[in-house]
Amino acid sequence: MSKIKPRVKVPKKAKAGEAVTIKTLISHPMESGQRKDKQGKIIPRKIINKFVATFNGEEAFSATIEPAVAANPYIEFSVKLAESGTIQFDWTDDDGSVYSAKKKIAVS
Amino acid sequence: MEMTRRDIFALGAGLAAVGLINLPAEADEGMVKEAIEKFAGGMPSAGGVEIGAPEIAENGNTVPIEVAAAGATSILILAAGNPNPGVATFNFGKLAGESRASTRIRLARTQDVVAVAKMSDGSTAMARREVKVTIGGCGG
Repeated sequence: MSKIKPRVKVPKKAKAGEAVTIKTLISHPMESGQRKDKQGKIIPRKIINKFVATFNGEEAFSATIEPAVAANPYIEFSVKLAESGTIQFDWTDDDGSVYSAKKKIAVS
Repeated sequence: MEMTRRDIFALGAGLAAVGLINLPAEADEGMVKEAIEKFAGGMPSAGGVEIGAPEIAENGNTVPIEVAAAGATSILILAAGNPNPGVATFNFGKLAGESRASTRIRLARTQDVVAVAKMSDGSTAMARREVKVTIGGCGG
């Protein structure tokens, strides 16, 4: 199975109070549990089921995710910040693993 | 006898009708209604929620969708014609720039995408939009 790898696009700078767009992607097959293998057996479900973005520790945006979200889940949202800091992104897999990424953003 | 594609399709449809092959089950409107009411605590009125989606999705495995509802604290997305209607729920905190988010979803066939929004004042709203799908995306 190919590696599960998060990628995020966050502007380096933002104006206080201005909405900035955040784009996130994680390479993940999002096995829905609907597919069958060559022997006709159901391939078990294994997906990213939750995504959370926190800024300086405060939750800004989150998503609960079901198998109907496409493979390599792409999630785009926006934040409006009053100060500089770090955005942390966490993706949770059905198997309990958590994949994370962090980006600093300078707000003036 | 040569089998044309039309013959194979007709054979498949016939077999499905007899129950010999399994077509993916389709969510019925009851399941969709239940999911909406579970999230919204009732049936929301229509309006105040935008759904951005292609009119025709070339590939049901990855259909870009955007949802927005001014003032929403969360938005639920359902696919009314998928085996299970649930797709995702987006939750917007105080730091969210606006109550808008995008993702890519799987649609098994042409169907309605439903978006239900819960606002900070407790009210709810919803919208529904048909997306035509040329190649279905449930991996069957």
